[in-house]
Amino acid sequence: MIERLINIDRRFIFLLVAMAVTIPLLAKFNLPVRATKDVESIYYKIDSLPKNSHILIAFDYDPASKEELQPMADALLHHCYRKDIKVVGMTLNPGGTGLAVSAIESIGKEYGKTKGTDFVFLGYKTGVELVMINMGENIFSAFPEDFHGNATIDLPVLNGIDSLEDFDYVVDLASGSSIEAWIAFGKEKYGFDLGAGCTAVIGPDMYPFLQSKQLNGLMSGLRGAAEYEILIDRESTAVAGMSPQSVVHVLVVLFVLFGNTMYFMSKRKR
Amino acid sequence: MNFLKRTIPLAIAFIMGVMMAFQYYVPHEISQSLLKVVSRWGITIGGFAVFLGAYSLFHLHMTKIRRKLPGWGYSIFVFLGAGITIIFGLYNGGEFFWNDKQEGTMFEWMYFNVQVPAGATMFSILAFFMASAAYRTFKARTNEATILLIAAIIVMLGRVPIGTMISQYFPIVADWIMSVPNMAAKRGILIGVSIGAIATSLKIIFGIERAYLGGGD
Repeated sequence: MIERLINIDRRFIFLLVAMAVTIPLLAKFNLPVRATKDVESIYYKIDSLPKNSHILIAFDYDPASKEELQPMADALLHHCYRKDIKVVGMTLNPGGTGLAVSAIESIGKEYGKTKGTDFVFLGYKTGVELVMINMGENIFSAFPEDFHGNATIDLPVLNGIDSLEDFDYVVDLASGSSIEAWIAFGKEKYGFDLGAGCTAVIGPDMYPFLQSKQLNGLMSGLRGAAEYEILIDRESTAVAGMSPQSVVHVLVVLFVLFGNTMYFMSKRKR
Repeated sequence: MNFLKRTIPLAIAFIMGVMMAFQYYVPHEISQSLLKVVSRWGITIGGFAVFLGAYSLFHLHMTKIRRKLPGWGYSIFVFLGAGITIIFGLYNGGEFFWNDKQEGTMFEWMYFNVQVPAGATMFSILAFFMASAAYRTFKARTNEATILLIAAIIVMLGRVPIGTMISQYFPIVADWIMSVPNMAAKRGILIGVSIGAIATSLKIIFGIERAYLGGGD
């Protein structure tokens, strides 16, 4: 019996996980989310920026990480547009262009913002660190045209911006190692304030940079996005995702405990 | 031939490596202009890497199809997927690739209706495999494994709202685990990796590490 439970058909586990995800989504119950200080730091930084400040958001992720990072991007954009902050978007991930441009433009439209005046999406450029260095020297040299082919030098949204150091705040939303590159080749070299959002898997790697203040704040995984949604008082997909995520976490813990109980019982029997 | 294949690349690596290392500490205008030019060169050269990548990908899958290696049928989809995407990308909604990017094109449709859901699906499948792996392999076989297991359970519960409902101490302990032992370990790894990267860079600059030249030495 114990051996059978240890070697249980994995499809049974898959079924339980599927139920743990779908039932909370269908039941639509929300769990209370409390913002942590790492997420609050990003919120308060943006909140403290005066009208017409410039923020650079790097959408360094692709569709595979969309479920965790797009809610962060949406929440950040809502906050920036509400505060009349000029948004400059870019990506170092070729798969991220579509997600980034749709978020920047559709949310901008909700707030009556104008393309080229209130926001711009610069698009994708290959080279990661080299792009950062090039932007640090001259942003118009790195991106002579925006995503739609408009000359960046003529865009009113970039008035007062010549290089990375002119940005009031930079946020990197990353599914890879771009945050470390932004720290080494961006923040440390050109001295701007940097915040970051990343997938939950990368989150633990970022703690040394938080303690050293190389990152002023961090949103990690869907939880980070949910916390930001709570802070801007606009509960959306991330907050809704907290209940299935909670149930699945509990289920995995139960699996681990049950698996270990079976393991020790079988060991004693032998 | 050896001069062109070895000596010149080694000399370029040495000169550029030393020059760019010193450049970092020189704030003079000439130094900054050099940085701007070199970074633009790098971006331009990086752009060509896409052709190498595409060649390598197609060559690998063509070989799989030709030799009928296990799973060769999937390789056909690589050509189909890449081919259709490239065609619609270049077609650019009838305006072709030499014009500015058009909106509402088939390329965009494919991105939002194929790539986005496919990417999200691949990522979400991980949850199922993780749950299965947690049940089968995450066992307290040794003292170290037991510590890892307890830490994992606390962090898993402490990072979701339901953990706070079970006990208010879960998020506090989870935060401590993340910002003290986790951070100490991560910082150690980071320092080790960084020292390794510096050592490798020096080996390349001084011509000790020559693997990038190809030819196996």
